[in-house]
Amino acid sequence: MEGLESIVAGHRLFEGLGPEFITLAAGCAKNVRFNADQYLFHAEDPADWIYLIRHGRVALEMAAPGHGAVTFETLGEGEIVGLTWLLPPYRWGYDARALELTRAIAMDAKCLRDKCEADHDLGYALMKRFLPVLVQRLQTTRLQMLDVYGPRR
Amino acid sequence: MDRVAEPLPVTQPDAMLPRVARVTRRTRELPDTWTLEMVAADEAPLPRYAPGQFTMMYVFGVGEIPVSISGDASDTSRLVQTVRAVGKVSEALTKLSVGDTLGLRGPFGTAWPVADFYEHDVVVVAGGLGLAPLRPALYQLQAERRRFGKLMLLYGTRRPEDILFRSQLERWRRQLDMEIEVTVDHAGAGWRGHVGVVTKLIPRLAVDADNAKALVCGPEVMMRFAASALHDIGLPEPAIHLSLERNMKCAVGLCGHCQFAGGFVCKDGPVMRYDKVRCLLGLKEI
Repeated sequence: MEGLESIVAGHRLFEGLGPEFITLAAGCAKNVRFNADQYLFHAEDPADWIYLIRHGRVALEMAAPGHGAVTFETLGEGEIVGLTWLLPPYRWGYDARALELTRAIAMDAKCLRDKCEADHDLGYALMKRFLPVLVQRLQTTRLQMLDVYGPRR
Repeated sequence: MDRVAEPLPVTQPDAMLPRVARVTRRTRELPDTWTLEMVAADEAPLPRYAPGQFTMMYVFGVGEIPVSISGDASDTSRLVQTVRAVGKVSEALTKLSVGDTLGLRGPFGTAWPVADFYEHDVVVVAGGLGLAPLRPALYQLQAERRRFGKLMLLYGTRRPEDILFRSQLERWRRQLDMEIEVTVDHAGAGWRGHVGVVTKLIPRLAVDADNAKALVCGPEVMMRFAASALHDIGLPEPAIHLSLERNMKCAVGLCGHCQFAGGFVCKDGPVMRYDKVRCLLGLKEI
């Protein structure tokens, strides 16, 4: 567990998190790896895991009729795959596919939610770490929606 | 020396009089974007220019528009400019054939202050067609590669098939002395590169931020967020340079079409320091 704790503590998301919280979070964590083109999850699957990427890259995709799978974002080292774990009904809205050999910390979402419910200090500390990620994704999505490189309207 | 604070002198004796140039080569970059190579029709040399400057290109009988120079400033044998067909004049420019003539005024405007970046890490952030005005700076950075620290190009565009100067980017990447990251806003499953806005690449940069310099060119919204992200990782505002785009007509600061607060983009720009324009970038009145 100590090894996993240090891996969790070393991830960008948990920088500065107190050791007692690291221990609690690491209790929900395991190491995972995905080969290139292996799916981490598919749309509509239960959002049971959060993936903190240690190495590699992951494409987030949505299937669009007539277009096949469209990648709307890629995520790499230090980034998080899966923010859906925070909100009911805890289901993925997109597919996540490893673009290359990817190693990650997988965190059991239910385990983490239960610990956050039981210890609101932990819950607040984690929310403060996940919220900036959500806001950053929202901002970049807004920029993508502006389609600034497209034809002027 | 703060080279962008002072506009470069207009290099033609009569800045309002077009010279006649002849197209010697045209290259299709994208379905709507062409690069034209030109020489003076009278065989006399065209004026020298600095990276970042633009000319006014005049299609006879159609009209005149500003177009940034996209070639190598050290190559004085020809003028190279890249045009996207977005309006009547630009469309006419993209339809010029080899041997056709057009009018040229300029070059005009301020330049990328590349010579001030010696010993510094340099980050170049380009969006869409914004890579074209940055290419002359990239040529200069490459030509004097040993004088700079790390050299990084971050390029964002709409889709993989919209990547400008693709073969050149691939060549530069193979040279191994410039880090190049390309990202697209949307991609199909066949694309293995980054997907997402170009600003997302900035926090991952491994640069000596306190001493790094940045050149940014692209749609203004993209530049605003890119400059902000560069500042967030530690680049001082005066170290960040943007190339602005406005509706330029006279190109010498007389007509007022490109007025930008108290200045003119044609004369005081297009290259401007971020600290000088930051407060103006979000103003819709400007």
